[in-house]
Amino acid sequence: MEAVLLQVLNGLDKGGAYALIALGLTLVFGTLGVVNFAHGALFMLGAFVAVSVQKILTISSKVRDESVTFFEAYKETPYLEIWWGDTGRAIIDYSVPISLLIAIPIMLLIGLLMERGLIKYFYKREHADQILVTFGLAIVIQEIIKANFGANPIPQAAPEIVAGSADIGSLFGFEGIVYPWWRMMYLLFSLSIIGGVFAFLHFTTFGMVVRAGMHDRETVGLLGINIQRRFTIVFGIAAVVAGLAGVMYTPILPPDYHMGMDFLVLSFVVVVVGGMGSLGGAVAAGFLLGILQSFSSMTEVKAVIPGIDQIIIYLIAVVILLFRPRGLLGKD
Amino acid sequence: MSNDKKFTELSRRGFIKSSIAAASAAAVPTVFVSNANAYVNAPKGKTVTLGFNVPQTGAYADEGADELRAYKLAVKHLNGEGDGGLMNTMKPMALKGNGILGKKVTYATGDTQTKSDAARASAKRMIEKDGAVMITGGSSSGVAIAVQSLCQEAGVIFMAGLTHSNDTTGKDKRRHGFRHFFNTDMSGSALGPVLESEFGKERTAYHLTADYTWGWSQEGSIKDTTEKLGWKTKAAVRTPLGAGDFSQYITPVLNSGADVLVLNHYGKDMVNSLTQAVQFGLRDKNVNGNDFQIVVPLFSRLMAQGAGKNIQGIYGTTNWNWSLKDAGSQAFVKSFGAEYGFPPSQAAHTCYVQTLLYANACELAGTFDPCGVITALEGFKFDGMGNGATEYRAEDHQCFKDVLVVQGNDKPSSQFDLLKVVKEVPRKQVEYPASKLGGELGSCNNA
Repeated sequence: MEAVLLQVLNGLDKGGAYALIALGLTLVFGTLGVVNFAHGALFMLGAFVAVSVQKILTISSKVRDESVTFFEAYKETPYLEIWWGDTGRAIIDYSVPISLLIAIPIMLLIGLLMERGLIKYFYKREHADQILVTFGLAIVIQEIIKANFGANPIPQAAPEIVAGSADIGSLFGFEGIVYPWWRMMYLLFSLSIIGGVFAFLHFTTFGMVVRAGMHDRETVGLLGINIQRRFTIVFGIAAVVAGLAGVMYTPILPPDYHMGMDFLVLSFVVVVVGGMGSLGGAVAAGFLLGILQSFSSMTEVKAVIPGIDQIIIYLIAVVILLFRPRGLLGKD
Repeated sequence: MSNDKKFTELSRRGFIKSSIAAASAAAVPTVFVSNANAYVNAPKGKTVTLGFNVPQTGAYADEGADELRAYKLAVKHLNGEGDGGLMNTMKPMALKGNGILGKKVTYATGDTQTKSDAARASAKRMIEKDGAVMITGGSSSGVAIAVQSLCQEAGVIFMAGLTHSNDTTGKDKRRHGFRHFFNTDMSGSALGPVLESEFGKERTAYHLTADYTWGWSQEGSIKDTTEKLGWKTKAAVRTPLGAGDFSQYITPVLNSGADVLVLNHYGKDMVNSLTQAVQFGLRDKNVNGNDFQIVVPLFSRLMAQGAGKNIQGIYGTTNWNWSLKDAGSQAFVKSFGAEYGFPPSQAAHTCYVQTLLYANACELAGTFDPCGVITALEGFKFDGMGNGATEYRAEDHQCFKDVLVVQGNDKPSSQFDLLKVVKEVPRKQVEYPASKLGGELGSCNNA
């Protein structure tokens, strides 16, 4: 029972990441009709905002290690620590939450630039063209990050207060169910962002216009509403969502230049399974596939079907698309 | 009319047959056409070309970049430029600082992408187009085995880079392939006594293993060693290469009854699985009255940087570390540090040493002919290269030397001081009979 609960939790936090990326992907597809293969790169860029913020916060005074003679090696102490002691240490400790705030304007700007600078020229082109150009853009972004930060993962620590694990089993009368605090926060964060996006689209005038535009772009345009500008903002919002998901994921997975591509492929499967353009479908499919992927990794399951953990997502996608060709919540 | 038709059909058929034959002949790489009187890519002018096949893109690009730095340094030293590096300490040494056999050393580079097919393609290109007389490099056992096999077929020497699987000089060994780097069997033999003295004999291990040749090899070697100590093995779970999130594999460890987690992962997988294992509180647990421990049998300083503080206190093995104080290590660190401003990695060290060993063997043999070079390298005993007295065993082309047991440094004195050498395990403790790992060397392709 404990093992099952642990795998449900694993699946939920993994599913949270898939759902966040898939939400942005499907939002962009639903509004602009663009299949954006650079969306994973936005997730990765968010993670590297966190890396950059940490680098800035830990700019250090360097004291040369005299025992090393053939090259320069230093013992580094961050200036924030030297100037402000415990307060400085606390600021560095909270570099990931601080990065969340900084990532919002940066990712919004990147999103708007990407849409205005490139994506808008491909609105009326075929999906194949859109995929090619956005995939190329993703590779360019990857290579820029690799050239500046290297190919190795760069560790990011969660704040000390949430760095450990919580004994959540004791809440339900089970023994030995511990789960990292940060992963639980990630799950709550995912749910909050998803809830926020849904609320924004359903309970604001802006969101209502966007939804109307998704349904019938021409009629909304005939009413004198500049729907294109709103869609551009939606692209920016999708970039922010992907970027924030990336920032929050850094303590779980030390970021490297390729992390966006790793998530993108699975997130596309999530979007297709959920139904292209369906926000609810993307979220439901994200969590569903995350949980199934976790369960398929259990030793007991792998003993029955070896290698199932590596194909489960694609297998489920095939089965769902066979019975529901437009995905779980896709409309005909 | 009918005759005309027949003639036309025959001509067309003949034409097609001839075309296929011509195309097939053109498609056969010239290097695979054996010539009884010469060897492949015999240097004709005043230069000799070596092929450096390293990961320049992909997850191991940083390691590949360090390998390439080492190769460039080796070329410089071979050509009599710079401070000479390990040519000042290597014994015995036939190199004169005037290239190899009087020919200036040049090089071509290839990108393995850490993919076997890409690595074979780039090696093939360097042999066929660039005229490389020797191929060296790589940062993966899968790649090493694939390229070694290609070099055997092509009739050129392969001096392996970073490859740790037993299979490279075991079941997949080849007459044309040589490995300076240690292997998983040696890691197990070196690590065993340290694990026993630090963690005792009554332990239960849980393995998470990268699902490819190196992972299987390391899992087997460490299981052999720990089970001989009296440890039990609770489970050995294979994880897909590049899984990213290992949480679904780590959570079953929590309540498994195991008190040691062995991470048979390297590179990014190691960084991720270790980070996540620490997040799940494994190092804070007490199981069976023992503090829970994590072991990473193969360490790399470059990868340790990615794991940050999580690596502190964790035991593993390494082929070489820049902090060693012997004359050879100091000479190499000095030379590399002066050139690039930071210390070399173990990958850089093994690649540099391999280049010098190959060049030295050519000098000893008096030829670039691979068969002569192989004879010179087989059973070659040397010292002063940073690993103590070393021998290229003739039976399997595996170097036998001291192995380092290291621990993640909990009090680093600098940004490079990530691994602490706990023990230099002598060669005799890690040696095994050549027959143990199986395989056949085969014969020299040019014999």
